[in-house]
Amino acid sequence: MDELLKLLQVNALESRENLARLLNLTVVEVDQRIAEYEKRGVIRGYQAVLNEDQLDLNKVTAVIEVKVTPSREGGFNPIAERISRFPEVRSAYLMSGAHDLLLFVEGRNLREVAAFVSERLSPLEGVLSTSTHFMLKTYKRLGVLMHQETTDERLSVTP
Amino acid sequence: MSGSLSLRNRINTVVRDIPRSGIRDFFDIVSTMKDVISLGIGEPDFDTPWHVRESTVFALERGATHYTSNLGYLELRKALSKYVSQNFGAEYNPESEILVTVGVSEALDLALRALINPGEEVLYHEPCYVSYRATILFAGGVPLAVETKAENGFRLTRAMLEAKCTPKTKVLMLNFPNNPTGAIMSRQDLEDIAAFARERDLIVITDEIYAELTYDTPHTSIVSLAGLKDRTIFLHGFSKAWAMTGFRLGYACGPAELIEAMMKVHQYTMLCASSLAQKAAIEALTRPDIDVGEMVAEYRRRRNYIASAFAEMGLECHRPLGAFYAFPSVAKFKLPAKDFAMKLLHEEKVAVVPGTAFGECGEGFVRCAYATNLDNIKEAMVRLKRFIGKL
Repeated sequence: MDELLKLLQVNALESRENLARLLNLTVVEVDQRIAEYEKRGVIRGYQAVLNEDQLDLNKVTAVIEVKVTPSREGGFNPIAERISRFPEVRSAYLMSGAHDLLLFVEGRNLREVAAFVSERLSPLEGVLSTSTHFMLKTYKRLGVLMHQETTDERLSVTP
Repeated sequence: MSGSLSLRNRINTVVRDIPRSGIRDFFDIVSTMKDVISLGIGEPDFDTPWHVRESTVFALERGATHYTSNLGYLELRKALSKYVSQNFGAEYNPESEILVTVGVSEALDLALRALINPGEEVLYHEPCYVSYRATILFAGGVPLAVETKAENGFRLTRAMLEAKCTPKTKVLMLNFPNNPTGAIMSRQDLEDIAAFARERDLIVITDEIYAELTYDTPHTSIVSLAGLKDRTIFLHGFSKAWAMTGFRLGYACGPAELIEAMMKVHQYTMLCASSLAQKAAIEALTRPDIDVGEMVAEYRRRRNYIASAFAEMGLECHRPLGAFYAFPSVAKFKLPAKDFAMKLLHEEKVAVVPGTAFGECGEGFVRCAYATNLDNIKEAMVRLKRFIGKL
């Protein structure tokens, strides 16, 4: 993967000047490449990685495994895309294994998520069964540890 | 106090007369200060890869807590043989040509003690790692320092060696990529040195601890050149490429007779390297490309950053090509390197190491390690720029 993308994945707020220094490029080159990635849809957005456990949010997240019937035209795509459009669905993946789709669904409370599953998701044509698991605590998200602070055990000057 | 005076007189004169490492003095000052950004740390800021740490815990649980073979676990020596052959272009027999040591520092000490008779000379290049001169003296050798120069990218040339070499010279010590300069040697540079070593019948000790950390061109080892393997002791370890400094694990590869001689010293002094560190090393060698590759990419970006920042603030610095050190010249500020470093530390709380810690010819330079995270490097560059603006 392009190093520029790796750097943006770690810190999308890195200044163009610093990106240029790090990659031995000019600022203009960095701007052009980023614009190109955005235009092609490779970069689809920039988000902060939050430790939501610290925020006392009125929110629950469920991981839902879904079995579906693929359609004759389009296979899993039509049903997966249909499900993905619900704003409650934060992430959706097609999986190998016992289930077909894996969803990360958010709601204000358990009842709201339950209502989403029973009233929106399950009745959809093509959805055969669901299995819902509630998330309790986040240890790591998007490659970032949520609770452990890094410490530097090194001496301040060494040979 | 007459008591302490008389004790001082009883200390071995070589040990007594060698000064403490300048780095240690500097550390004592830095460690008393708060909020210092240190570019003075000669070790990776990365953690040892998690799979290596996890498997060390497993080894401890499994009871790998006993003496190992003096040479080190055979399994490790086999893995090392394969790694060295793939990456350095020399084949070593794991049964007789590889010795696992407590860091490269021990390996260097063993090599010199195994080779040097009192009064024999050892050629080495300065600026260099802080221990070289002392280790030669401890072994009873006579150190012959060859000065490398910034205008030449701190590379070593045949002419420099010819100017110093005498019939009493027995050993040539090399360290590229270099601490503290970040210099590397091209294959052609090494060919010239190799020819010289063959002609003068020198034994070469090559410390290639930073071999994995080169940024623009791949590393070439002198052992891969024609006729050199039979007269060379190759030293390497896990501290830098795998961020395993505290494990203290190194190794030496060389002709069986020399390894046997080194093993005798090792056997009677150290016995063996730590069993757990050896287990960790076996695990480290299972996926070097992934672990080391990621770190090298990060160091390269920091190198780019620091080189650009120096250029933007008008600080002269030869481009660092390996290791994780930049060695800019501060001569234009008309301050001894030590005073520059002290003033910088007190006024802006940035720690760099005066070049003189690495030999007298390091005067006029400071070593800036970029083995620290980018946020620190950025802030250090802001402070450094402000500092030199006031000089």
